Amino acid sequence: MTEQTASTGAETSAREAKAQTRRRMLAEFWFYFSENKGAVIGLWVFLALVVIALLAPVIAPHEPNQQYRDALLVPPVWQEGGQWAYILGTDAVGRDMLSRLIYGAQFSLFIGVIVVSLAMAGGVSVGLISGYMRGAVDTAIMRVMDIVLAFPSLLLALVLVAILGPGLLNAMIAIAIVLQPHFVRLTRSSVFNEINREYVISARVAGASPFYLMTRTLLPNCLGPVIVQATLSFSNAILDAAALGFLGMGAQPPTPEWGTMLADAREFILRAWWVVTFPGLAILVTVLAINLIGDGLRDALDPKLKRS
Amino acid sequence: MGELVLEGRNLSKHYQVSGGVFGKPGTVKALQDASFSLEAGKTLAVVGESGCGKSTMARLVTLIEQPTSGELLIGGKPAAGDSEALRKTIQIVFQNPYGSLNPRHKVGYILEEPLLLNTSMGPGERRRKAEETMERVGLRPEHYERYPHMFSGGQRQRIAIARALMLEPKILVLDEPVSALDLSIQAQVLNILSDLQSELGLAYLFISHDLSVVKHIADDIMVMYLGRVVESGSAKEVFARPSHPYTAALLSATPVAEPGRKKERIMLTGELPSPLNPPPGCAFNPRCRYADDTCRASIPPLETVGPTPAADPHRAACFHPLASGK
Repeated sequence: MTEQTASTGAETSAREAKAQTRRRMLAEFWFYFSENKGAVIGLWVFLALVVIALLAPVIAPHEPNQQYRDALLVPPVWQEGGQWAYILGTDAVGRDMLSRLIYGAQFSLFIGVIVVSLAMAGGVSVGLISGYMRGAVDTAIMRVMDIVLAFPSLLLALVLVAILGPGLLNAMIAIAIVLQPHFVRLTRSSVFNEINREYVISARVAGASPFYLMTRTLLPNCLGPVIVQATLSFSNAILDAAALGFLGMGAQPPTPEWGTMLADAREFILRAWWVVTFPGLAILVTVLAINLIGDGLRDALDPKLKRS
Repeated sequence: MGELVLEGRNLSKHYQVSGGVFGKPGTVKALQDASFSLEAGKTLAVVGESGCGKSTMARLVTLIEQPTSGELLIGGKPAAGDSEALRKTIQIVFQNPYGSLNPRHKVGYILEEPLLLNTSMGPGERRRKAEETMERVGLRPEHYERYPHMFSGGQRQRIAIARALMLEPKILVLDEPVSALDLSIQAQVLNILSDLQSELGLAYLFISHDLSVVKHIADDIMVMYLGRVVESGSAKEVFARPSHPYTAALLSATPVAEPGRKKERIMLTGELPSPLNPPPGCAFNPRCRYADDTCRASIPPLETVGPTPAADPHRAACFHPLASGK
């Protein structure tokens, strides 16, 4: 009985110690991340976007697809003819721009997250294997990646969507496949740089298995450029999804996706500047915020840039 | 005579190199017919200039690579294939302390990694062991939580030594462990190494090109030239009576802290020949002032020179050993 209590006590303390380590690591991470002011601003903007996306039904003044036939192409409120009911104006069929932008945040963030996760998970594992194995395996993988890279990315995505069938989900899968070779190449070249370093040999002498070497020794040292690539791919994913939507292969028309909105508004650029400017600005702000975060992440994750 | 912990019998390692699209593929004989033995608590120094096969030897001994031919015995057992049990008994310390520690891991993890991979110790036990070893090499407990880049070269090298010690190996391969360090730090690290050797009875395979360091630490010495052992014997013997002209030239190039002593410096001319295309006969013949037709025709065997004890013979691979009056 006492033995049992003692063992559970030890277990609890071990768990507590683990939680404490995790807390300390987080605190340390935040300390270095917050050194970079731009990254902190980016993070706040991004968090705001996430909140807006989550609370879209509460915040948005109108339904995103509700058409007000008496208010077509109403300018924003500060312009002559603007109405307080439609703060950022309305589009060609009388839908409220602000509400559509708010709902659009949902789609854009969702697309970015899913596409980047898919492309990164696939690309990094294939790149690690390719860089670690070398020889025939590496050659085979790299030739396949070269074929993917040889096509214009949008064209290939288009072909893939045509095969898979149009729709947002298939568009995301296609974009992930198209973005993946960048991650493979980046990871592979980092692995090449690192694999002959003495600490890797030292881990091998200590008896590390290939899987341990790849995931614990090599991977953390190869992630820096991959994280930066991931933030860039995030914006690429949003833009490519928009392009596919424009061509009728991605998000289907009534969906308030920013890129689709941009494409829909093409013909009104000269007559109604707000229908193109606001979705464009939304994409710009999102992409900028994510890139700033990527910058800060790189600084915080690279111990060489840390000061003691 | 102590326990024999490491023995190499006619070890050779050849690398295939492609000659490009049009060239013929060649073979680099990085190590040829090297035989040596190492006892517990002793230091065998391997000396030679760059490209003589020192590092290849380190890679063979640490089981990173397999020899092309020959046999390696660790603790009397042949090390063939992936012998996990034997791997634990032999660890390595590298030359460059800036490259040998994983920059992403804290010192504590770097030290505990070998235990994590090879033993079933719990976290508390691992930590205790890591702190014990840190103390042994003169690191403070608060260093446990720091990253490698926060340390100086000497401290890093001590961390590398501590890591190598974690599995309680019997043999430590030291691949130029002090040549990247300041002179004052060199002495400190060498002292730690000799203290550890007497405390733990470690055998060292000490690879170096710095003869003054070798003189300080080695019991036995093995001089290599272009993949072959050209002279071997006890350090005392070899330093007192170098037999091979190459050893003599190496020794004469070592600065001696003794003002007024007349120094005869043997200047070697020419470059180290390419290991892809070694000269016929004795590999040293194009640079040797005693070379004659015999040297250019055949490879001299490693033979005993001078009156030395049978247990630890002084041997040289030369047709005209210097001790015979030249």
